[in-house]
Amino acid sequence: MAKEIYSTYPMVKYLRKEALPTALCPGCGGGTVLNAFANAVDQLKIDPRDLVVVSGIGCSAWIASPYFLADTLHTTHGRAIAFATGVKVGLPDKKVVVISGDGDLASIGGNHLIHAARRNIDITVILVNNFIYGMTGGQVAPTTPFGARTTTSPYRNIEHPLQISETVAAAGASYVARWTTAHVYQLIESIKKALTVKGFSLVEVISQCPVQFGRRNRMKEPAEMLRWFLKDSVPISKARNMSPEELEGKFVIGELVNRERPEFTEELNKLIDEVQEHFGLREE
Amino acid sequence: MIIRGDEPEQIRLLRKLYKKGNYFMQGNEAVAYGALFAGCRFYAGYPITPSSEIAETMAKELPKLGGYYLQMEDEIASIAAMVGASWTGFKVMTATAGPGFSLMQENLGYAVMTETPLVLVDVQRSGPSTGQATKGAQGDFFQARWGTHGDHPIIAVSPTSVEDSFWETVRAFNIAEKLRTPVVVLFDGIIAHARERIRIPDPEEVEVTYRKLPANEEEAKLPFGDPHGDGVPPMPLFGHGYFTHVTGSTHKENGLRDVYTPEVHDRLVRRIHRKIEQNKHVYEKYEEYFTDDAEILVVSWGVTARPSLGAVLKAREEGIKVGLFVPKTVHPFPGERVRELSKKVRAILVPEMNLGQLILEVQRFVNDDVLLKGVNKIGGVPLTVEEILREIRGVA
Repeated sequence: MAKEIYSTYPMVKYLRKEALPTALCPGCGGGTVLNAFANAVDQLKIDPRDLVVVSGIGCSAWIASPYFLADTLHTTHGRAIAFATGVKVGLPDKKVVVISGDGDLASIGGNHLIHAARRNIDITVILVNNFIYGMTGGQVAPTTPFGARTTTSPYRNIEHPLQISETVAAAGASYVARWTTAHVYQLIESIKKALTVKGFSLVEVISQCPVQFGRRNRMKEPAEMLRWFLKDSVPISKARNMSPEELEGKFVIGELVNRERPEFTEELNKLIDEVQEHFGLREE
Repeated sequence: MIIRGDEPEQIRLLRKLYKKGNYFMQGNEAVAYGALFAGCRFYAGYPITPSSEIAETMAKELPKLGGYYLQMEDEIASIAAMVGASWTGFKVMTATAGPGFSLMQENLGYAVMTETPLVLVDVQRSGPSTGQATKGAQGDFFQARWGTHGDHPIIAVSPTSVEDSFWETVRAFNIAEKLRTPVVVLFDGIIAHARERIRIPDPEEVEVTYRKLPANEEEAKLPFGDPHGDGVPPMPLFGHGYFTHVTGSTHKENGLRDVYTPEVHDRLVRRIHRKIEQNKHVYEKYEEYFTDDAEILVVSWGVTARPSLGAVLKAREEGIKVGLFVPKTVHPFPGERVRELSKKVRAILVPEMNLGQLILEVQRFVNDDVLLKGVNKIGGVPLTVEEILREIRGVA
């Protein structure tokens, strides 16, 4: 059956067929994200040879690496954005994309996330937030909702989740949007924008992990989780008029930020030009 | 991209900026200039004493040469950015000291596993932990060797003077490029901050090598293969349409992950070891003084090699038949040569600024009937000629 799907699925041209089928669990939101990313690349007519995809460790790091057929750098836990920074400086004309999870990019890698946003380096980050460490067996994450059960918060989670998009927006990113896997068309549009804007862009995707999260929180079926996303999503325009208490446990969806700020690699190259000019080092 | 074909332009710039001749400079500056002459055009780092002047020199000089200086948010990000930039074709370097070196260890292992050329300068300072942060030491000998986890080979070079640190840095780059591997420069806070005369050469005097690139599409499809039998796969750089997949997980020759087949892991890790073992001629380097007729041998490295030579010269004046062996590449340790030399001597002294690290490597190659003695000093003050001479006299 898998073979049939791959022969009729139009986006399969962007995938490494020898690496398929994916290792993602049935019902995982990762497939939706991969599909949305492939569609965004397709609609923008980006040549995959102009793409470098970087990922870290965890289920969501697997979404595009190794499956997406481009130069792919599968790195150490939490450090994908730092690796991508070196790639982008070396290849400023290529699109450098990081696809990884909340544990990877916002917990162990949180420092790199905020500093890349501060630098406003032209990297697109698709952060898949499933509230849990899936690959290691469903442990509590810095994104786990208050009160939720996980294997390491078996009674209830007493910590408050990090607001990733808001944090990255505050840190200085050019573009920040949040959607869920139940908002596929909006998600594709946001990924397209993120790939197009100059500067650091983040698309946070609230995604379902029925196996590790849903199962322990009365949402065994993927569809139940998607219904939860739809029910508790609040468009940002509406959220602006709501109190923090009203927003507790809600998913604020939409574009948080879309602005122009000087971009890092451009500034870096401008600086080199200025220095070489100043010291009279331009080609004679 | 500064990997190939830019030589005439780079030589013109180097000549214009750094006139050949004698200068008075710090070891840290010499390392930076060595890197610039070797073709390093990407530096990512995080400030730490006593290495900071390397970053400062690179930040000042790299833009003049069209190169990139990045100050990252921490040491982990620094080495990560280097690996990323290396896969786009840059020769890359960072410099740090003990605590930062500890933070870099995980990604150093990543660089070994993904066969990414890079140069990591560890300006050793007195530890453990924050220790004497401003003082030099030689306590990271085994952190360089075994700091990252798992079976892995590593190459580390160790300069003995300011002038030497220029050339050893160049050599570190050439080894990294030739063998597609990270190379550690085990430097120390004493030479790093010492000012000495150094001769800056003409760029044409500096041998500069570049990594092997795929000769054709077939070679590009096997970024971790061994098409030439030397253990060194050509490196298909990012951005060339090869669709290269790079992962720190166990991978097949084509780069794709396979962590379930024992043979795949065995083949990959043994080939990475063999690559180092069978290319000894690329990196092995040591110096010998008066070893022909020596009855006592001093084995010393890095900053301590200098007072060791002073002590050997004085002891010779006193008629003591003592020789000196200085490994310049300390990992892999040139143990076979030490074994040969040990057969002719009755005592071996190993002076170093730690409580006994290099001596453990020496011990592996020396029979029990040879007296083996460490000359150890900690506290941030270098060993002196007199202190080592006293020990030589003691076994004479």
